[in-house]
Amino acid sequence: MSDLATYNFAYLDEQTKRMIRRAILKAIAIPGYQVPFASREMPMPYGWGTGGVQVTAAILGPDDVLKVIDQGADDTTNAVSIRAFFQKVANVAVTTRTREASIIQTRHRIPEEKLTAGQTLVYQVPIPEPLRFLEPRETETRKMHALEEYGLMHVKLYEDIARNGHIATTYAYPVKVEGRYVMDPSPTPKFDNPKMHMSEALQLFGAGREKRIYAVPPHTEVVSLDFEDHPFEIQTFDKPCALCGAEDVYLDEVVLDDKGGRMFVCSDTDHCEDRCARGHRGHLAYDKEAAE
Amino acid sequence: MYVAVKGGEAAIANAHRLLADRRRGDRALPAIGIDQIVAQLGLAVDRVMAEASLYDRALAALAIRQARGDMIEAIFILRAYRTTLPRFGYSKPVDTSAMVIERRVSATYKDLPGGQLLGPTFDYTHRLLDPSLLADADIDAPLEREDSGEPVMRVSDILAGEGLVEDDGSLPDGHVPGDITREPLEFPMARDLRLQALARGDEGFLLALGYSTQRGYARTHPFVGEVRIGEVEVELDMTELGFSVSLGRIQITECQMIAQFKGSAKTPPQFTRGYGLVFGQSERKAMAMSLVDRALRAEEFGEDVVAPAQDEEFVISHSDNVQATGFVEHLKLPHYVDFQAELALVRRMRREYEEKLAGSTDDIAEAAE
Repeated sequence: MSDLATYNFAYLDEQTKRMIRRAILKAIAIPGYQVPFASREMPMPYGWGTGGVQVTAAILGPDDVLKVIDQGADDTTNAVSIRAFFQKVANVAVTTRTREASIIQTRHRIPEEKLTAGQTLVYQVPIPEPLRFLEPRETETRKMHALEEYGLMHVKLYEDIARNGHIATTYAYPVKVEGRYVMDPSPTPKFDNPKMHMSEALQLFGAGREKRIYAVPPHTEVVSLDFEDHPFEIQTFDKPCALCGAEDVYLDEVVLDDKGGRMFVCSDTDHCEDRCARGHRGHLAYDKEAAE
Repeated sequence: MYVAVKGGEAAIANAHRLLADRRRGDRALPAIGIDQIVAQLGLAVDRVMAEASLYDRALAALAIRQARGDMIEAIFILRAYRTTLPRFGYSKPVDTSAMVIERRVSATYKDLPGGQLLGPTFDYTHRLLDPSLLADADIDAPLEREDSGEPVMRVSDILAGEGLVEDDGSLPDGHVPGDITREPLEFPMARDLRLQALARGDEGFLLALGYSTQRGYARTHPFVGEVRIGEVEVELDMTELGFSVSLGRIQITECQMIAQFKGSAKTPPQFTRGYGLVFGQSERKAMAMSLVDRALRAEEFGEDVVAPAQDEEFVISHSDNVQATGFVEHLKLPHYVDFQAELALVRRMRREYEEKLAGSTDDIAEAAE
């Protein structure tokens, strides 16, 4: 039984990779369209990034440099686990630096640093269907996409405004791709939506459990749904990052004590470290020079 | 002072080391052997083989041991191995009428060709804890009648002789059976694909759905035409040779549920069928599967779709326990980026609410003055 543990480069067999690559090519050809693919059981659970892992496994070559983030951070446990998986099964070079990576697999964030031509961002997607919570049936939602019938989504956003005075969707905020398909950007905060628009990088989306792949090719229009009198707006934070002083970035709230103490720090750990290294300081930064 | 959480890698390694320790447990006790699991926890092994769709007792037992007895985890481990195996062909359909029977019961006939054969069953045992099992007491050798070697006629064939039951499901000429592990699911599904999905579906989920049909949520008036457990031969067509070769025998459980049907303008009155087929010995699963299969054929028979068990998308999309457990348990992964987004919105709405409230009490105060 010892010959059990022989797996192909990047785990998947070449036939499976070819099948996934075909799905990816189709997805790139029809931006925002969800291509069904024969998702495999992966050695990590469904819902833990199996779609992203399959996409990465299918496009990964020996010369690639891989970065894996979860919630913007390279050191969250699931990101560590997925990175270690590819180191083990593909012996691939890994990095935490956004600009050094050729493939970035992500869950819930888009890096703050602008991605460039030649880079590929692979999203882990739990529910690829943006209409799913309005219509639970796949047979129906596929029809709605085919007929470009997105009225239901606009009604939902309108009802949000009528009820709350705001569009109450803060993450997985629906976008329209190249004027045709309404697409789920995966559960990234809507803060990240504008980064998808006209990105130089290739964006691939893998949903393993739901067996769908979709894509936004470079230089593609990605528009967040809104109304003329209620234009789309992203989250803003009152204070800059407490460690690197960055403004216009997405922040995590860290609870400091049981007396309501809070601090806000960059969710993108690489971006934060990079800024700190370049001498930027937030008000709670640990200052080495001052300490000496 | 806040220190960025590092060391996820070390934490994971240590957690897995602790897991290995807990799995092994008290080192003073001998480790449980794979052959012991195969021999003494055979039904657990069967369930793992069935829901992992891989017939290999030793690997299933290994998965059970590795999973510390967590069945769904064991199924998951075995499936993740199965998916990497190359496909070199598809076997011929197994012939269950040629089964070497170990158990066979029918609820529709008192006696029938081949007889009723109870086999190794929990039925009619009294569920009293048995202290004699605490000690490794000697077990009597079984008494078994000599195998006549005669094939045992299927009950459905008896009814079919009179034309009182629908034909064995047939597929149109040239229909190539699908493979749900190689092609993405699409709805509506052909029955061959649906049965594949049910065969690897979660036993508990199918049991509950089957049960619901008995309690009036899509009642189908079922009778167990027959449940049979035994070994069948698996054959593979060798195109190079021009004949088929035997790959070996596997144990399976088959259930033919006979359900009522009144007939329509197109069809004369006849009984309908629900079908269940499972690796190993698993009567509960095979019976539940056959009930759900029949319920899912509602549209085929022009029945109203009114209950969950009849709803193909609902049943098939949620029957896979590996998918279900992954997605339910993924909720424990960090979601703080999304939660932060929600938090900010709720805080903002709270602020607006309180401002509005303060505004309106001012209005009241003014009006009172």
